[in-house]
Amino acid sequence: MAATVDARGLSCPQPVILTLNEINSGRDPQINILVDTETSKENVSRAAVSKGCSIIEVVPESGGYRILIQKAE
Amino acid sequence: MQKRNFFATRGGIITVGAIIGVLAPVLQKLGNPGNMGICVACFERDIAGAIGFHRAQVVQYIRPEIIGFVLGSLIAAYLFREFRPRVGSTPIIRFFLGVFAMIGALIFLGCPWRALLRLAGGDLNAVLGLAGLAFGIWIGTLFLRKGYNLGRSQPANPVAGWILPLMMVGFLMLMLIFPQIPGEAKSGILFYSISGPGSMHAPLLVSLIAGLAIGFLAQRSRFCTMGALRDLILFRHFHLFSGFVTLLVVAFITNVILKQFHLGFEGQPVAHTLHAWNFAGMALSGLCFSLAGGCPGRQLFLSGEGDGDAAVFVLGMIVGAGFSHNFNLASSPKGLGTYGIAAIVVGTLFSLLVGFMMTRKAAGSN
Repeated sequence: MAATVDARGLSCPQPVILTLNEINSGRDPQINILVDTETSKENVSRAAVSKGCSIIEVVPESGGYRILIQKAE
Repeated sequence: MQKRNFFATRGGIITVGAIIGVLAPVLQKLGNPGNMGICVACFERDIAGAIGFHRAQVVQYIRPEIIGFVLGSLIAAYLFREFRPRVGSTPIIRFFLGVFAMIGALIFLGCPWRALLRLAGGDLNAVLGLAGLAFGIWIGTLFLRKGYNLGRSQPANPVAGWILPLMMVGFLMLMLIFPQIPGEAKSGILFYSISGPGSMHAPLLVSLIAGLAIGFLAQRSRFCTMGALRDLILFRHFHLFSGFVTLLVVAFITNVILKQFHLGFEGQPVAHTLHAWNFAGMALSGLCFSLAGGCPGRQLFLSGEGDGDAAVFVLGMIVGAGFSHNFNLASSPKGLGTYGIAAIVVGTLFSLLVGFMMTRKAAGSN
């Protein structure tokens, strides 16, 4: 099961804030983050990695990206 | 397939900070005002003057750097398929955040870019400005932590994303149609300062090319002076900050080489020494930039990428410059404008109102 964070259309730094919130308090080991710009994709990926998560895949979707991350441990 | 974007890496943003740190002092050497090789706020204010939005005669000139920032970003966005026209994230609020960001900046006499360049030139008053900037951004992060946001933007027709770049092309055309005539305060419909900072500028082509280069590189690297401090405060992330610090250090070295470094508080170019108001002006600006999601440079680069909400913020800054000079809100080297303090109070109340009202308790909801 993967949680979903929909960060499409949100200004910086909301995509990172939402992602970090889900990493910190969500229960699912995997999280799908939806973003609509390259900048958000980079920021979210960088933030996830900084929390020890691994990026499983980054898939172009609906004009943006779906980033699937696996939480640490 | 995604091409790797070197400029979006740590090494890339440091490179961009270094390039800006060289170009800005060089622009100053070639004619831009003291410790003002680049200042997004001052330059948008000069544009406001050139098109008649205010009549402060010493600050009227269409700054090609600003034009270049937007168009350079547009070129980079199209080349690398990152142009994404989008609008709809409460633009009316963004407009007034731009108005008050400009008002705050003109009380300090600089945007965050200029605060760095002033410090790199030895102007210690910029320490107060940068401290104020950090304070204002910190207040913004308190709202951000609680879920503040201005709502989602929606994909839009490309023409919506072309408007601000087209406006900048229009300004460039006006400069070519009504070029500066030495000694004349007006050329056709454009105002041109014949004294003061507005009269101090590098050659048009040099400014434009430097602006295009910076616009291109800043779009690729997502350079943002506000984000640099915000991410440090909010997340302890250093990525944007590494570019910010590099700009400062390289600009300092370049200034020393170009003999543009003079350490002290007194007698600094286009600056005053009212510590409390340098702090407060930048604090207001910092809060507005953080509530709007980007420093004034970033808003120009986003505009070039097709972000219509950032474009509205830019327009707010230009109009804010008109208010600042028409209502005597702006500072000068002699000190505060007549109603500068009142403007800070109004701007702070506005920003706090926006911050509180647009904060949602549930951070995951839209």
